[in-house]
Amino acid sequence: MVPKIMKQGRLAPWLYLLPAFIMMSVFIIYPTFGTLRLSFMDNTGTNSAAATCLTEQPCWGVFENYRYALTNTDMLHALRNNALWLLLMVPGTIAGGLFFAVLADQVPYEKLAKSIIFMPVAISFIGAGIIWRFVYDFQSGGGAQIGILNGILVALGGKPVTWLSDPAISNFSLMLVGVWLWVGFCMTMLSAAIKGVSTEILEAARVDGANEWNVFWKIMFPTILPSIVVVTTTLSIIILKVFDVVYVMTGGNYGTEVIANRMFNLIVTNSGRSTALAVILILLTIPIMVFNIKRFKSEEAAR
Amino acid sequence: MRPLSSLNRFLKKVPVNFAVILMCILWIVPTLGLFVTSFRTREAVRTTGWWTVLAGKPKVLGEPEYQTYCASCHGADGKAITAADLSNAGVVNQYPSASSLLVMLRQPVNGNEVHLKDKALPTNTKDAISTLSNVTTYIKNLSGQTKSTSQFTLTNYIDAIVGYKGTQDYLTDCKEKVSSTLAVYKCNASDILNSAGIGAATLNTLLVAIPSTLLVIFLGALAAYAFAWLDFKGRQWIFALLIGFQVVPLQMALVPMAQLYSQLGMQSSFLGIWLFHTGFGLPYAIYLIHNFISTIPRDLFESIYLDGANHWTAFRKLALPLAMPAIASLGIFQFIWVWNDFLVAKIFLTTHPVLTVQITNLIDPRGQNWHILTGAAFLSFLIPMIVFFAFQRYFVRGLTAGSVKG
Repeated sequence: MVPKIMKQGRLAPWLYLLPAFIMMSVFIIYPTFGTLRLSFMDNTGTNSAAATCLTEQPCWGVFENYRYALTNTDMLHALRNNALWLLLMVPGTIAGGLFFAVLADQVPYEKLAKSIIFMPVAISFIGAGIIWRFVYDFQSGGGAQIGILNGILVALGGKPVTWLSDPAISNFSLMLVGVWLWVGFCMTMLSAAIKGVSTEILEAARVDGANEWNVFWKIMFPTILPSIVVVTTTLSIIILKVFDVVYVMTGGNYGTEVIANRMFNLIVTNSGRSTALAVILILLTIPIMVFNIKRFKSEEAAR
Repeated sequence: MRPLSSLNRFLKKVPVNFAVILMCILWIVPTLGLFVTSFRTREAVRTTGWWTVLAGKPKVLGEPEYQTYCASCHGADGKAITAADLSNAGVVNQYPSASSLLVMLRQPVNGNEVHLKDKALPTNTKDAISTLSNVTTYIKNLSGQTKSTSQFTLTNYIDAIVGYKGTQDYLTDCKEKVSSTLAVYKCNASDILNSAGIGAATLNTLLVAIPSTLLVIFLGALAAYAFAWLDFKGRQWIFALLIGFQVVPLQMALVPMAQLYSQLGMQSSFLGIWLFHTGFGLPYAIYLIHNFISTIPRDLFESIYLDGANHWTAFRKLALPLAMPAIASLGIFQFIWVWNDFLVAKIFLTTHPVLTVQITNLIDPRGQNWHILTGAAFLSFLIPMIVFFAFQRYFVRGLTAGSVKG
């Protein structure tokens, strides 16, 4: 609590708060309402979305843009892909980060190893997209393969693969880039938690004859579970909005479309549909938002 | 017994070390490929994998093409035909560029014989020139004029900085005055800031990132001070709201703000993008700085206040200096965040492309300009990498201090 001795004028707090509040009102609150309003309008934002309904076609009236968002074939792909990212890439990245944090904890060159894994976090998603487009490069015709993955395949006697334009694998190729980018983040967060686990308890368990597997699952894992939850929510937010990597690597083609890329592509041509997708994005983040606020409240209460 | 147990301990660690080192290698290889490629010539990038440079002696530049097209008649040393002795500088100098060489090669020799009778060049002019570009280098070496046989080069970086996408590199084309692809270039130092290049994009990115970072720090610190050391109605509640704001997807703001900016005549202005980044950076900034300055001991504030200081003095003389670690974390995090941003810059700063946008402009869908693209991407990593290695601790703290912003 604020000490009583520090008297203040009635206006003083607002002088400190006002600039930030104005900025957040203009850039977060105002556009949120604007987006909501536009999502019920047609492609130029002048008439109600209901006006875009065609006769003899299914119509959701003023929710017409949401009909597009939830039933259009491209959008169904996008929704499915976002779900795939959340269900495969997020757990995979956290498992990778945890795995590396536990292992790196046991080697003398821990700092160097962690810097290497963490480095991709500092570069842009666009740059990472270029790096990986080159890894996945496919040369048609008989020439040499210059992407390392296909180079290895050919050296082993296999056939080169179109990693980014084969709908059966392109999604997984993109998710691998996400893993490469974010494992360092998960590792750093979880590594701090692992260092907080009491070494005495770990040693005691080892002396009692527990093997490393049991030490990890029975002692370490329950202790760091809260950190894993935080990393999961943070990464989920990032992945819901995944855009740059998809944009630069496939442009959303070959079955890799995601919500944010579709939203970007519609900004100029159809503000109604574009904003409806933005609303869907924020609806998907609301559970995490509520969860974060609850966590903050309970942390405050525990203080 | 003792040596055995330490051997045993060593052996137990082998799988762990193996796994750690393997994962590090897997993480480095993609970036290493980009780095190595950025120093290779266009022809080398196009025809061989970058990893081949790690194994054995590199081939002499242009030798394979010379062997394919010329060696059967001119001989390996170029002296086989005395009338056209390729070891004679006077002969070779008649054809300084690949295009002049091509023109000559397409004309018949010895009356009506096709010049390249054993193996024809690609019929497409562009392909033929790119095949011949190394042959000119090779025959210059044969005639003893240059000694450069390396397949490594710095021209990719020069091309990336000026944003040049010709069939040869920028410096060569400037020297030969290839006017068709040099329309927007002056072939002097001013090209460093050509609007299609990485040079101008770096400048634009700095112009976006620095003010966006400073504004967020200043406004964030002010508000954080109020949340920590001033009393006002609804303090808890507004702060909880800030936690929620941190995860608002910025997609939420794109369309209405783009419309508002165009009504205000602010589309594609630096001011517009500074304010946008500041607005979306503030919830996290306030949260991070608040967490730090609320832990400054209360006694310090009480004593400075008893000495007659007001809140403004307490903020400037006490809170700000003591919050420097948090401000550094936030500043570095925000700087790298803005530096790496693509979406906001793509929409709100169309006339002044930043690095991420410029790189996407350089992408060739047919994959024919990896040599420039890799150089450009690497240049865009330079500053984040320097900041990252110099201030890794602060950056990590800035990234992990709370949930992530939108």
